[in-house]
Amino acid sequence: MKAAIDGFCFSRWWSMVRKEFLQLRRDRVTFAMIVGLPIMQLILFGYAINTDPKHLPTAVVMADDSDLTRSLVSVMEQTGYFQITRTMPDEASAKEALRRGEVQFVLNIPADFTREVLRGHRPAVLLEADASDPSATGNSLAAVPSLVQQVAVRDLKGPYAALAGGQAPFDILPQRLYNPEGLTQVNIVPGLMGVILTMTMVMMTGLAITRERERGTMENLLATPVKPIEVMTGKIVPYIAIGLIQATLILVAALLIFSVPVHGSLTALYAAALIFIAANLSVGITLSSLAQNQLQAVQLAFFYFLPNILLSGFMFPFRGMPGWAQAIGSALPLTHFNRLIRGILLKGNGWGDLWTESWPMLLFAAIVMTVAVKFYRKTLD
Amino acid sequence: MSSDFAIDVRGLNKSFHGRRVVKDVALQVRPGEIFGFLGPNGSGKTTSIRMMCGLLTPDSGEGTCLGYDIVKEAALIKRQVGYMTQKFSYWEDLTIRENLDFIARVYGMNDRREAVDRALEDLGLSARANQLTGSLSGGWKQRLALAACLLHRPKLLLLDEPTAGVDPTARRDFWEELHRLAATGISVLVSTHYMDEAERCHKLAYIAYGKLLANGTAEEIVAAQGLHTWAVRGANLGGLTEALRAKPGVEQTVAFGSAIHASGKDEALLERSLREAASGFQIEPIETGLEDVFIYLMNRSEDNFGGAA
Repeated sequence: MKAAIDGFCFSRWWSMVRKEFLQLRRDRVTFAMIVGLPIMQLILFGYAINTDPKHLPTAVVMADDSDLTRSLVSVMEQTGYFQITRTMPDEASAKEALRRGEVQFVLNIPADFTREVLRGHRPAVLLEADASDPSATGNSLAAVPSLVQQVAVRDLKGPYAALAGGQAPFDILPQRLYNPEGLTQVNIVPGLMGVILTMTMVMMTGLAITRERERGTMENLLATPVKPIEVMTGKIVPYIAIGLIQATLILVAALLIFSVPVHGSLTALYAAALIFIAANLSVGITLSSLAQNQLQAVQLAFFYFLPNILLSGFMFPFRGMPGWAQAIGSALPLTHFNRLIRGILLKGNGWGDLWTESWPMLLFAAIVMTVAVKFYRKTLD
Repeated sequence: MSSDFAIDVRGLNKSFHGRRVVKDVALQVRPGEIFGFLGPNGSGKTTSIRMMCGLLTPDSGEGTCLGYDIVKEAALIKRQVGYMTQKFSYWEDLTIRENLDFIARVYGMNDRREAVDRALEDLGLSARANQLTGSLSGGWKQRLALAACLLHRPKLLLLDEPTAGVDPTARRDFWEELHRLAATGISVLVSTHYMDEAERCHKLAYIAYGKLLANGTAEEIVAAQGLHTWAVRGANLGGLTEALRAKPGVEQTVAFGSAIHASGKDEALLERSLREAASGFQIEPIETGLEDVFIYLMNRSEDNFGGAA
């Protein structure tokens, strides 16, 4: 008996284990996380993420339509990396599509290309790439040099037979736009602004209301004349300020430390950040209405955070993901904010391009806020 | 009519998850009255108080609080009621002054600065105004909470077990303050577990299992039950309780340290039984106290409700 008191007692230890299991079982959110997080990570990492994106949308400016150019286009498509989605009348409109992010590549086939090839002048085809995310274009561009050889082997027959066997009859010149040096940080650092804002905004507001409830101060607030809408919006304002300070910090660091260029409008960037912050705060408020305590709020915030990191195009190329993952990604504000901020900083986009990526964020915020108001308890009922 | 009362509610009902925690409660509190709300834990006191100040919507029932409808005009009631929650509910990461200032702003007080200064002075906390509230002891927190819910000069105070966990001296001071406030015309509804506090109330209500079992002055409540009580004194009272309980006419025995209180409705039967069972002990009739009555009420209500705990 004495040994049991002084030493390790199995039944005492077992009572502790049992108690932990009982408590764990009652905490539904934690339990859901235990099951939900691994499944979510497996699905996202296993199925959604692809670091070798294929079938990237490509626009072609066909100033010269011949057997040879058509063959070149078809060989490009056969690599699996390029998918010709549009044929553009001129280079300017193609470049516009590239800037808007509608296509990843633009293939410019100049007029007189075929004739120049036949004359043995070795003309060049310009392949412009949206290289703001180097990992999205890297493998595709690496496949380019072999294209010329393939065209040569396959199609240099008939009138072109004379060209076979010698030097390559033409060149494909890849041009990396928006991030010519292919620096990862130029792409990652602007993306970090959205990621950091998501993390802090959702977490902090998620905790804000849950904390009042957990400490019992909510009852006090409800007994005063303060209206729920005043409580909610009043709690949000400081975090908007915090969000803008964070955005500024990251922006300054991006410029000074990481030499990220600023080609577009800074005011448009702040407008985008404001919309994005609003969307995240609405998520935070909703989480705090759903969570029973602060731990649950943190867990829910993390659950929201994970798909944001993985599916928003922050870490992995958006176009590499399957359709369902892109659909989920398109619903997330971070996806749109990443496109906006990269567009503004790297591509020189401005106010004109703000709306296309803003309305999904605003819609998201409106839907989430409706849920929040529905769940917020005016009384203690 | 209803304006004669600070609180005038009838037929209040409230259920949580299909369990009725408040059943047909009716209460009337007059201006300047200290109304004690008693009952065991979980009897529905807090729920009743929350319904009266608009924090909870009753499932059914009606009434007025300060002349305002408790269902439709909850917002107006909140402006004129000071509600002190059972658990300390001010912000521990704000200083004492910041807490008071916040409350004053929320109620839109014009003379905010003076009101806060006066409250700090009355509390005797002027010197510690900039100290974090979390560092205060239980007694001081309770005084701060009272000061905060008095800040906007309410006409009615709803105090939910304000003295739980507070030492006797602080409790006495607190009650003297309540009487001072009542003398100025403020009505007070206060819930408590302490008998000495119950006796300091002008009127009392006793609630158990959601049902109001008694209502009136302490004397009225005691008289209404028609109980007769004898005190049994002597050495080795331990085994006696069981023996007494078995006797006819002894409906209740309560151990009070040096004495056992034996109560019953039939005076003659009670006396006879005691003389038989407690021979060799010192017995004498005493006045039935509030505590005897409340214990009686609680045990009876358990019988009525099938011992539901």
